[in-house]
Amino acid sequence: MGIPEKPVIEVHNLDLSYDDYIVMRNLDFTVNKGEIFIIMGGSGCGKSTLLKVLIGLKEPVKGQVLYNGEDFWAADYGRQQEMMRGFGVLYQGGALWSSLTVGENIALPLQLYSNLSVSQIRDLVEFKLSLVGLDGYADFYPAELSGGMRKRAGLARAIALDPEIIFFDEPSAGLDPVSARMLDDLIIQLREYMGSTIVVVTHELASIFAVGDNAIFLDDQSKTMIATGNPKDLLANSRDPKVIQFLTRGKR
Amino acid sequence: MPLEKVEFNYSQADSALSIKLNGDWLIFTKIPQVSEATSQFLTYPDIKSVSFDSAGLSSWDSSLISFLYKLIKECHGRGVEVQYKNLPEGIEKIMVAALQITSKEIPRKAATGTFLDKIEDGFISIKQGVFILLDFLGEIAYAFGRLIIGKAYFRKDEFMLLLQRCGVSALGLVSLISLLVGVILAFVGAMQLKLFGAQIYIADIVGIAMVRVMGAVMTGIIMSGRTGASFAAELGIMQTNEEIDAFKTLGIDPVEFLVIPRILALVIMMPLLTLYSDIMGIFGGFIISVSMLNLNPVEYLNHTQVAVKMSNLWVGLAHSIVFGIIIAISGCLRGIRCERSASGVGEATTSAVVTAITVIVIATAVITFICQVLGV
Repeated sequence: MGIPEKPVIEVHNLDLSYDDYIVMRNLDFTVNKGEIFIIMGGSGCGKSTLLKVLIGLKEPVKGQVLYNGEDFWAADYGRQQEMMRGFGVLYQGGALWSSLTVGENIALPLQLYSNLSVSQIRDLVEFKLSLVGLDGYADFYPAELSGGMRKRAGLARAIALDPEIIFFDEPSAGLDPVSARMLDDLIIQLREYMGSTIVVVTHELASIFAVGDNAIFLDDQSKTMIATGNPKDLLANSRDPKVIQFLTRGKR
Repeated sequence: MPLEKVEFNYSQADSALSIKLNGDWLIFTKIPQVSEATSQFLTYPDIKSVSFDSAGLSSWDSSLISFLYKLIKECHGRGVEVQYKNLPEGIEKIMVAALQITSKEIPRKAATGTFLDKIEDGFISIKQGVFILLDFLGEIAYAFGRLIIGKAYFRKDEFMLLLQRCGVSALGLVSLISLLVGVILAFVGAMQLKLFGAQIYIADIVGIAMVRVMGAVMTGIIMSGRTGASFAAELGIMQTNEEIDAFKTLGIDPVEFLVIPRILALVIMMPLLTLYSDIMGIFGGFIISVSMLNLNPVEYLNHTQVAVKMSNLWVGLAHSIVFGIIIAISGCLRGIRCERSASGVGEATTSAVVTAITVIVIATAVITFICQVLGV
């Protein structure tokens, strides 16, 4: 599938902090429409902090995050909320609302923001659940599901409103290799079916190579991104020892 | 003797220090302090190189590695060359690897030192606490505004469940505590009133005390420990599991969805529970007065009816509404601002209960003073 070169996300000169401590400086990258974009780096390098800034949960120290050319952090609260409705986020543990059933979790954003009838919402919930391989689990509570199923249910909720951009926070974390591979396949399928732009925060090499069209590598020592490009190209052509060490598990 | 495990030999001609390692260097044996080795740099400030002799070394474990690690770091810091060649096989590799790993700069809150620093920190945290509370109250006011104009999302099923949790489920505990408070008030009153042959006034004491303040206070304390703690733990775990972030990223206000129903449920149930507590307290006093102090039951009930004015009831209900707001806000605030860890949830829960009980006592004093001034 050809990927049109239209930037959906543009990050310019972004500095991030954790409490009062600067974790990343001068981040500059763009994510094109329909692209699967990987944010990679070692543990504790600031990947999740960057994700929080991208999804509107944490304000950056400085810099811009543009969605379709509009500066998210310069927008007023109401506009930010509207822009956030265009995001779907799959959190590390799924983050399903524990007091609601799986079906209610997926239905809630639809009840809030769509004009669909109850039966239409029910049908849509069923469809989204079947899309992630959880057909028939609508009446289950999150506590009754396994870790992998919770993630898939979380993904069904993330795509409930057909978001333009889907963010994944460590999608393979805590999953066995088969479930992790299934989730990777799902990510690719979602791009194919929905044409969504996908941003994945991960340090799982198998996922990086399986799904990534483009990537940035964050380095905690220099506190900035030190490489950008297709993960396979980076592996073949990068001369940066840190990037090579990361992408080869330190074997080269 | 520990010192025999390490011997130092300084050669002035080539400014070299040779360190001889002897015996067992094991965690469970006594080993020399690294300061014994580093003190050689003070005795011989012109040391240019350090070498080792491990011919006399019998067995070793990480206690030797730790000793050498500190010593070699000191050498590097002083620009002294280190010769690894006579160290046991493997140690050089471990040492090179350990010294290569440069530890990251870890952000930590500065440790507080002096008494004045602690006072300053205390004031800063009070100031921050006030800002956080005002911010939270603002969010609640905004969400209530949306609820009033019908724009807020309100799940009736969940609300009914909350009403049940805040009301019916608490009846057992409220019954027991209130009954016992009534019993205690009757006993304490009887001790003094008996001296004047005025035991019948126990009905007045128990009735007025329970309806005006004790029913509300006891219910407030029970609900702080029961429902306030449960709100804090529940929201704290939701915070830890990123469920609250999930609300925010969908553009749903977590205060509107989670906090408002809890405040409403408690504000509705607290007056009802307080009324129930009043009745149970009066009943406790009645049992003691009739069965142990031989008062006439009809006379007791008549005295209670005459003594307890409607104004007492309104004051008690006002207390209960205020306490409901206090308990709900303190539980929800602590839960929603909880740190993302198991200990964070524990702290949030404890803090919610302590804050609620403290504020309830303060509020009782304030309301009592206001009633006194107004002559209610």
